[in-house]
Amino acid sequence: MMKREFTITVYTENQIGLLNRIAILFSRRKINIESLNTSPTEVESVHRFTIVINETEEVVSKLCRQIEKQVEVLKAYYNTEEEIVWQELALYKVSTDAIAEKVKVERLLRQFGARAVAIRKDYTVFETTGHREETDKLIKELEPYGLIEFVRSARVAILKGSHDFHERLKEFEQKEPGEDVIENEYLDKKEEVFTL
Amino acid sequence: MELVAEKKARQNSKELITLTGSEAVLRALLAEKVETVFGYPGGAIMPIYDALYDYHDKIKHILVRHEQGAIHAAQGYARASGRTGVVFATSGPGATNLVTGLADAMIDSTPVVCITGQVFAHLLGTDAFQETDVVNITTPITKWNYQVTDATEIPSVLAKAFYIAGSGRPGPVLIDITKNAQIQKFEFAGYEKCQHIRSYRPNPIIRKEYIVQAAQIINEAKKPFVIFGQGVILGKAEKEFKKFIEKTGIPAAWTIMGMGAIPTDHPLAVGMLGMHGNYAPNVLTNECDVLIAVGMRFDDRVTGRLDKYAKQAKVIHLDIDPAEIDKNVKTTVPVWGDCKETLPLLTELVQEKSHPEWLQKFKEYKSQEEKECIHPELNPTEDTLTMGEVVKLINEFTDGNAIIVTDVGQHQMVACRYAKLNHSKSNITSGGLGTMGFALPAAIGAKFGAPQRNVIAVIGDGGFQMNIQELGTIMQSKVDIKILILNNKFLGMVRQWQQLFLDKRYSFVDIESPDFVQVAKAYGIDGAAVTQRKDLKNAVATMLEHKGSYLLEIMVGKENNVFPMVPQGCSVSEIRLK
Ligand SMILES: Cc1ncc(C[n+]2csc(CCOP(=O)(O)OP(=O)(O)O)c2C)c(N)n1
Repeated sequence: MMKREFTITVYTENQIGLLNRIAILFSRRKINIESLNTSPTEVESVHRFTIVINETEEVVSKLCRQIEKQVEVLKAYYNTEEEIVWQELALYKVSTDAIAEKVKVERLLRQFGARAVAIRKDYTVFETTGHREETDKLIKELEPYGLIEFVRSARVAILKGSHDFHERLKEFEQKEPGEDVIENEYLDKKEEVFTL
Repeated sequence: MELVAEKKARQNSKELITLTGSEAVLRALLAEKVETVFGYPGGAIMPIYDALYDYHDKIKHILVRHEQGAIHAAQGYARASGRTGVVFATSGPGATNLVTGLADAMIDSTPVVCITGQVFAHLLGTDAFQETDVVNITTPITKWNYQVTDATEIPSVLAKAFYIAGSGRPGPVLIDITKNAQIQKFEFAGYEKCQHIRSYRPNPIIRKEYIVQAAQIINEAKKPFVIFGQGVILGKAEKEFKKFIEKTGIPAAWTIMGMGAIPTDHPLAVGMLGMHGNYAPNVLTNECDVLIAVGMRFDDRVTGRLDKYAKQAKVIHLDIDPAEIDKNVKTTVPVWGDCKETLPLLTELVQEKSHPEWLQKFKEYKSQEEKECIHPELNPTEDTLTMGEVVKLINEFTDGNAIIVTDVGQHQMVACRYAKLNHSKSNITSGGLGTMGFALPAAIGAKFGAPQRNVIAVIGDGGFQMNIQELGTIMQSKVDIKILILNNKFLGMVRQWQQLFLDKRYSFVDIESPDFVQVAKAYGIDGAAVTQRKDLKNAVATMLEHKGSYLLEIMVGKENNVFPMVPQGCSVSEIRLK
């Protein structure tokens, strides 16, 4: 099986130490985390991790089960790029002088969908949001003018096929024991649940 | 006047529910019906020990000699009783001394709750005296862990701890309580047992269609083979399991952790799987047409080389932990769920059958093993004693009714190969982690967990010295266990590998020991040593009849090996008889 990029989405309780508990599942298996984001979700008190790794599907699917096994994890999904809508944000700091003299700023803004988020006498900060290739392209463009600092955010991703997920997360919130349906209902039905 | 009295009464009743965090810990233990705690005090857990002073008539505290001893004892207690073991330890070194036991309990799915003291919350992260980040150290080796810094959390956190440790696939839980939380007074609203955590689903819902599919495959099978692990014992599903194999007539072999779930001399019992398991079940794993795995996790010591493991067979895997399905061996039909529930469902759908020809195959391989390995081990002709003949004597005297606790090494493999066990929860050993030093404290704990039973610890001369200090615990607690040291004057199992695979380059396996009988005597424990066969039987009888703990050291052949053996990296069918 070939390694490819997977985006893992983990819904969790908001608990101190959980990040470590999840991160060590990767490091124990010598899997490099390409990007990791934690964020709230549309459901209050439920947290969401978005993790990007390069691995075979077999490894990713086993990993997700290990993640899900953690007491405070509600659910873990893995998806390929086609199954998600994703974005990363990047910031670029350049010398204002260099930029003002040599670069057609409007062209930059238009071509790369960039915004100037800070303009000072000595430096300017641009921001752009998009896929990796897009944010990379702007680096190339700015490098000749002396890129002082560059930073890219972790990926955030929305699952294309998750229209009813809000409802299902709500189910978790219902406290009655018994019908803990989620575990097995969908464990082997990934496709049905999550493709368009 | 009346008003004053009323006010006083109210104050009194309010005082009744104002507790310190430490008292709340003990109330929680009582509510969870904990009667035995294994522990060791220290600065950061002193408030809990202080509260324990008032509870010592309700909760028995066993003072160990090392915190590793405490957690292994708690494991032994849990394994013998089927209940959750409890440990107290202080911060820093007290907590780090638990690490080996936590790892052991994690990999062997043993329910244990460890309560560690921690420095005051305001000192966290300051490198305070005896401060260690125990929560982060123990994260990969606990099913759940949590740090309490506020006493009001104690009742609900401990309720969660016991629920998580004991439910689903059990495991160790560690609760770290800062000293301020232990002394903090708060309004205690009573203890409520935890029944549900929304993000935690210990028992996966059973999918009927998989039961149906599994039954169909089993009904069509010509050469079905059942392999079972500790899941049967943890699920308290021994009866259900027995019914299932008896109705289907399928031969069943155990992993080291599953041993004893059915009597070892059951007509369908075909022995132990794995590296030093029996010949027939290993070889025939690669000949069966349907492999039904119940509550086991396909450890590499069981499977040998995975790409040559049961490739011809359809695999049905019953397990409570969805992460185990397809982890090592690809299943044809996954049967998620608690086997106490799934087995009866399956039993209902399978046909009553017998497989005489297939069973005959097991017998044929068994008689080969009998001739080449078993008979010579149990009836040696040379002068030197064998481990096997000692185990055979134990069988004769106990008739399979004792709890056998083993350490790690050759003696463990021999004991597990030859011990006769009639009852579940009778084989207590460190299976997944292979922790030398496990047996002595685990045996102590086992006796507290099952006081009505005889507990025999079988230990090597190496492993005995790893937690030898627990003789002090035996002395003080007056627990009655029998310690059987099989002394080959070597770190035998390592020596065996060096002999077989490393040209007999015996690198640091030659181990010297003190006079164990004298050591025991110094702790007030009676004992004897045996070097000759003529004394063996009497010595074993004396040990077993002795009132109170007893140590028997038996000098066995120095360079005896355990066979059969599946060499590392080989397929189970390449098992060697010599
Ligand atoms: C804590 C620990 N350290 C090292 C080992 C590696 N090891 C496995 S078996 C063994 C030899 C055990 O020797 P002994 O206790 O004398 O038992 P024998 O094999 O001779 O029966 C060793 C060193 C281990 N399992 N556990």
